[in-house]
Amino acid sequence: MNTLLQDDVILDCRAEKIFYSDFLAVRDSHVPIRKNQITGFIGPSGCGKSTVLRSINRMNDLIRGFKFFGTVQFHSMDIYDKKVDPVAVRRNIGMVFQQPNPFAMSIYENVAFGLRLNRFKGNMDEQVEKALRDGALWDEVKDKLKKSGLSLSGGQQQRLCIARAIATGPQVLLMDEPCSALDPIATRQIEELMLKLKERFTVCIVTHNMQQAQRVADQTAFFSVDISMGGRTGYLVEMAATKELFSNPQEQLTKEYLHGEFS
Amino acid sequence: MNETKNDLLQLPNLERQPFEPRALKSILLSSITVICAILACVPLFSVLVMLIYRGGSRINFELFTDLPPIAFQPVGGGISNAIIGTLFMVGIAALITVPFGVLAAIYLAELGPHSKIAAVARFSAKTMSGLPSIIAGVFAYAIMVITMGGYSAWAGGVALAILMLPTILLTAEETIKMVPKRMKEAAFGMGCTPSQSMTKVILPVALPGIITGVVLAVARAAGETAPLLFTAIFSEYALEPNDPTASLAVLIYNYSNSTSENQLELAWAASLVLVVLVFILNMVSRWIGSRTRN
Amino acid sequence: MAAENREEGILNHKETLAAPPTTVDKTFDKCFRTLTLVFTWATVLLLAFIVFRIGGQALPALKEHGLSLLFSSDWDANNNRFGFWPQIWGTLYSSFLALVLGGFFGITIAIFLTQDFLPHKLEVILKNIVELLAAIPSVVYGLWGIYVLIPILQPVADKLHSSFGWFPLFSTSFSGFGMFSAALVLSIMILPTIAAISQDALRAVPYKTKEAAFGMGATRWEAILRVILPTASGGISGALVLGLGRALGETMALAMLVGNSATVSLSIFSPATTLAALLALNFPEADLNQTGVLMYAACTLLLITLVVNMLGTLIISATSMKGDER
Repeated sequence: MNTLLQDDVILDCRAEKIFYSDFLAVRDSHVPIRKNQITGFIGPSGCGKSTVLRSINRMNDLIRGFKFFGTVQFHSMDIYDKKVDPVAVRRNIGMVFQQPNPFAMSIYENVAFGLRLNRFKGNMDEQVEKALRDGALWDEVKDKLKKSGLSLSGGQQQRLCIARAIATGPQVLLMDEPCSALDPIATRQIEELMLKLKERFTVCIVTHNMQQAQRVADQTAFFSVDISMGGRTGYLVEMAATKELFSNPQEQLTKEYLHGEFS
Repeated sequence: MNETKNDLLQLPNLERQPFEPRALKSILLSSITVICAILACVPLFSVLVMLIYRGGSRINFELFTDLPPIAFQPVGGGISNAIIGTLFMVGIAALITVPFGVLAAIYLAELGPHSKIAAVARFSAKTMSGLPSIIAGVFAYAIMVITMGGYSAWAGGVALAILMLPTILLTAEETIKMVPKRMKEAAFGMGCTPSQSMTKVILPVALPGIITGVVLAVARAAGETAPLLFTAIFSEYALEPNDPTASLAVLIYNYSNSTSENQLELAWAASLVLVVLVFILNMVSRWIGSRTRN
Repeated sequence: MAAENREEGILNHKETLAAPPTTVDKTFDKCFRTLTLVFTWATVLLLAFIVFRIGGQALPALKEHGLSLLFSSDWDANNNRFGFWPQIWGTLYSSFLALVLGGFFGITIAIFLTQDFLPHKLEVILKNIVELLAAIPSVVYGLWGIYVLIPILQPVADKLHSSFGWFPLFSTSFSGFGMFSAALVLSIMILPTIAAISQDALRAVPYKTKEAAFGMGATRWEAILRVILPTASGGISGALVLGLGRALGETMALAMLVGNSATVSLSIFSPATTLAALLALNFPEADLNQTGVLMYAACTLLLITLVVNMLGTLIISATSMKGDER
């Protein structure tokens, strides 16, 4: 499928139906991700925002019974096309998870992991330092690069995971509630980091915290749950520039959510 | 109304009553339990004491360097070929079963945990772990001794391998399953192929646990006699892999009923060596196990 | 690398260091995964092979003698008359006796270790001692049994026989090698298995169950005997069955202590023999004819242990799936 993407849309996710075995998890959600911007997914729990996010880098392939109907256009190629290797996709689209998950290796090796995986032949030390600087972690770990990644604090571990993900320069960085396991200070650090990262990367973040979306996201997509068909199916309600969405929501559901009427 | 007042004033007896039947019964049962626990420890100490007492006197340099005494030679002789034989055959068994067991465990734990073949394989491994050791010997006889035309260390190694495989496989499977799922997610998120995620991330973390399983299996195999009785049998000479081979266990068995004091002493000494070896291996596996928990 | 880049070209932006998996990566992945599947199949085939090989060699003997071998006591190799009923009896009886003794001690120790009788440090020591009991090789137990246990048992057995000889269990005299010594050593060997699995079962009893018992004013032992043990009874049954399975499979200690006499008797002082001992002693010198019969015996042993072990595994998985809440 060669749909012409709008100029600044780097990734166009059209999720028509997403199933986990017989359970319809998400329907009719079209989310265009714009280059060098932070797109936020917000919504109540169970609305499918994480499912849609993980569908973008084909992480859901790991779940038995997962079926994706729709397309995810990345540079005019459909990621779900049969000819596409999901492993290659994941090398170009990085992911940071809710629970920090550094490998059981040294800090250096964690960051170098992606570089080695992609058979980088240049100056490893240089790249590792660059990634750690971009990940706002260099100053704190430069003297202990050989220590285990697991010896860091929660916030540091998460920044390590970010550094690990960006070391190879993926074009898109997906973040699935990256701050929900962290304290407010660590959260703040990561939010500042995100704002810097968008200069070089495109970021897509799922968050259950509306205020976080307001702080960092350029575009926000609001998802909700549809119980009309018996089950709980998530779907995209509304998507707009963050300022627009929060000050002038078009849909009734959006208005209710933003005013805290349900969570 | 008076009765109720009296009832309220009648406090239950809360004092300890050590001679009340229920309490006495409790003390009796506890005493029996303690006695049982002590009795259960007795055999261990008895065995160790006997080994040191009867075998300790024979522990010297010659024990480890000399071959067994010829016929009924009244003094001298050692168990060198038995020690080497045991190490050699256990080594062969480990060489066969470690790759076998670990690779199968990877499939069972990661690549196809819910598939039918995995379920059947798991069941097969559990069944084989209960196999009488002599059956392993009979089987190894049927496939190795008959095809090779004679008894050999190789046949002994194969027999021991059958006994070691279930332990290694099942322990490895458990260990791999215990690696936190989020590490596997991280590996996949970075774009690892399934085998890369396994070799670069999961196996390194699971390695200590797998080694523990291997060490325990080795400890068990080192002490096995029955499987070797008709595969490697015994020999009084130095190691020749294609010929019958000595082992500590079979030496102990053969000499246990000997009328020669010399041979009997060697049996005790060999038992001491074997038990020390097995205990050390057990300690090692525990040490590895406790290190990983940190 | 350039060729692969062009192949996946769209997915490669020039600023990125990311590269799709190389052919080497992909081939290695395929091979590795195939290899794991191969060895998984191999595990299944190995068991099948064992069963069929032994069964296959037993088939001629089965055809020739039918089931008579299971019930006959004759063993006359020269006249082609065989029977291993005494061996079957010996295997079953020795394992049963070991189960009674080993089970009692094993469960008692399990209770001792899980119901807060000891300070933690002592618990760990006792636990380790019991586990080390399992580490001692069978043949060493045999040696110890011959030179330590039998001399101790002799006077005991003589006394029991002379005083209570009318009782079927004590009806024969004891010559050292016999069911008594063998079963005793066997019980020591299966005690750790039973203790370990019973401990798991007892620990799996939900705390709220214990709380309820103590809350009603039960003494410690009343709580144990009337509430905790019954709750853990499923797992403990599994422990006993698996202990029985281990006993049935034991070879060396029995072969060295049981006396190797084809006698069938209820007396625990009588010498006896087991299927495993039969194999251990006769296999090396067996001619072709005898080999078939011995394989038949091996099959019988295999069948008995397989059934018992499968039963034990089933019981344990069935009972551990229930009440495991906290």
